[in-house]
Amino acid sequence: MSRHTLSVLVENKPGVLARIASLFSRRGFNIDSLAVGPTEDDDVSRMTIVVNVEDLPLEQVTKQLNKLVNVIKIVELDPTSSVQRELLLVKIGADRDTRSHILETVQLFRAKVVDVAPDAVTVEATGNADKLEALLRVLEPFGIRELVQSGMVAVGRGPRSITDRSARSATVTPIAPVAN
Amino acid sequence: MPEQMTGAQSLVRSLESAGVDTVFGIPGGAILPLYDPLMDSQRIRHILVRHEQGAGHAAEGYASATGRVGVCMATSGPGATNLVTPIADAYMDSVPMVAVTGQVPSAAIGTDAFQEADIRGITMPITKHNYLVTNPADIPRTVAEAFHIASTGRPGPVLVDVAKDAMQAMTEFDWPREIDLPGYRPVGRPHGKQVREAARLIVDSRRPVLYVGGGVVRAQAWAELLSLAELTGLPVVTTLMARGAFPDSHHQHLGMPGMHGTVAAVTALQKSDLIISLGARFDDRVTGKLSSFAPGAKVIHADIDPAEISKNRVADVPIVGDARAVIADLTDAVRAEHEAGRQGDYAAWWSQVDQWRTTYPLGYERPEDGSLAPQYVIERLGKIVGPDAVYVAGVGQHQMWAAQFISYEKPRTWLNSGGLGTMGYAVPAAMGAKAGRPDATVWAIDGDGCFQMTNQELATCAINDIPIKVAIINNGSLGMVRQWQTLFYNERYSNTDLRGVPARAGGAVERIPDFVRLAEAYGCVGLRCEKADDVDATIESAMAVDDRPVVVDFTVHQDAMVWPMVPAGTSNDEIQVARDMAPSWEDEEA
Repeated sequence: MSRHTLSVLVENKPGVLARIASLFSRRGFNIDSLAVGPTEDDDVSRMTIVVNVEDLPLEQVTKQLNKLVNVIKIVELDPTSSVQRELLLVKIGADRDTRSHILETVQLFRAKVVDVAPDAVTVEATGNADKLEALLRVLEPFGIRELVQSGMVAVGRGPRSITDRSARSATVTPIAPVAN
Repeated sequence: MPEQMTGAQSLVRSLESAGVDTVFGIPGGAILPLYDPLMDSQRIRHILVRHEQGAGHAAEGYASATGRVGVCMATSGPGATNLVTPIADAYMDSVPMVAVTGQVPSAAIGTDAFQEADIRGITMPITKHNYLVTNPADIPRTVAEAFHIASTGRPGPVLVDVAKDAMQAMTEFDWPREIDLPGYRPVGRPHGKQVREAARLIVDSRRPVLYVGGGVVRAQAWAELLSLAELTGLPVVTTLMARGAFPDSHHQHLGMPGMHGTVAAVTALQKSDLIISLGARFDDRVTGKLSSFAPGAKVIHADIDPAEISKNRVADVPIVGDARAVIADLTDAVRAEHEAGRQGDYAAWWSQVDQWRTTYPLGYERPEDGSLAPQYVIERLGKIVGPDAVYVAGVGQHQMWAAQFISYEKPRTWLNSGGLGTMGYAVPAAMGAKAGRPDATVWAIDGDGCFQMTNQELATCAINDIPIKVAIINNGSLGMVRQWQTLFYNERYSNTDLRGVPARAGGAVERIPDFVRLAEAYGCVGLRCEKADDVDATIESAMAVDDRPVVVDFTVHQDAMVWPMVPAGTSNDEIQVARDMAPSWEDEEA
């Protein structure tokens, strides 16, 4: 098994997320993470889907996704040629003795404290999966009270956009036009 | 200047504009607004069925027999969920179909209102695409898109769910001049390089087979197929969905491959060195145990749906395109190879294939007790009725016998539920076929199990002057399941006996139901045949009736089995020509 990151441009219409989620489940593919949000075009949303599959099933799931009428384009983003980020919010137990240790660790990871309570701090961190995992390993001994993490978002490196040479709409005449 | 009208009127106008002439359906609360203007339509004939499943299969039968988009209609909730089976059926067999359903008013959606079901959510995995319309202004564009999607690329069912208030509100009717679907671009013409590569493989191969699937029928590519087959001289096999795509009488035709295929067709694929797959999808019923399927074959896989290619069997030469264009281009490419002096030599292959064909022809045994052989009934039906009729089967033993023992010479004369295997398909699908092609003779060949699932549509046929003919192959049991119980469950017949009533002392066997009387109750002619000597005369009597549906109860032997058979999950090498009888492959190794 290997991890693959798919960037999927979809029409911004109701039910699209359900179509994609149900397709993954029906064809027996597990989604590691999924993030959806708007793009520079109001009519288009972008999903970043991380899946853990071999190459041949990946080709199959990509083809099945492409068959969905609301899916405009699918690009696989290679970790070496793209920027991949996840957002982590983690609440850690902290008292007078441990707080300074925690703050030090947070700085080392270029994370930041976003909320402080007498006996806890909440830390925000962004990065790729490896970095967040490393941060959590270090924070673990202090006592993790709550943890929430976003799906990955990713963008290709370099000047080119995912929409370059794509999203050309195919315009065709409706079948059996009858004069009214 | 666009016209003002209600959403319901706009929906009727949209269906008319899409070229709809026939709709099968049943009204109900949420779709009532649509049925009012539908009553006034001069172009659309609405056929009132007795169950929504009948409407769906009728739309499939109409589509499969005519090549046009079939249309069915139902109300919200149970009306819509009753369409689920035919929609799934159409999805599996790539039938162009549009289902229109009423939905509860938009303000009530999501409140568990009376007769509310999320039919769009329910049908997402079994439709090519589906819509929920809550704004009446969206109706014409949605209907135009639905018909476009259903009928182009790989055909399939599209569902349009329309909220009741969208039908009641005033709107403008404006039929779209173009369709803009940025995510839907089916490929038509194949890639030239791939086609040339395929042609090279064909002339270099020694044991090639043309593996023809239902896509050839959907793409209307039968004439092109005949040209390619005759130019190359290759053996042809036609799958269950492709029966009729290539004439059965043609000497290059080896018959049907698969679980109940001919020995020649199954074995030719199995021993081939090149499979040219045209609009077929390497279904498990064709390949048997996939890992042992045709181990020595390279694969050229042509399909309009890229997701079918290398899904089950990895293709060496993938070709994405419409079957008609692919086959035409491939024929040209093979001709170019021939002109360049490269010609395939298949003489040795043909002598081997012919040996299988002559040693293991399709056949059956007459029951020793003098009762009627179901295969004989079907064989005689095909002979007497001929190749111009449309034959529509249910699912089970009778379906396999109908695929084996009728000689199909023309496309769209064989309709059945191949992928989903829906018992109950035959009667309503035959009704749809007859409504679409009123001049054709349409025979449903049904089992007594299947028939009891949807026979209420006989009333629809009788009332609406749709005179189909039904041959019930009545063995008093769920025959295919019984066959598996015979072979794999030690002859323990758990819940497959449909007669269930022993002969009363001194009297005849009580028939529950009595199909002849049931037919008469539905306004049809009912006939019965129990002896081989009466078969021809009974079929002739049925053929003589043209003003009403006819139902013939062919009471047949209960223990007849479908042969050959590749037991499920085993290799095609394990094909048996009869119980515990495998063909002998000695002195045949290539």
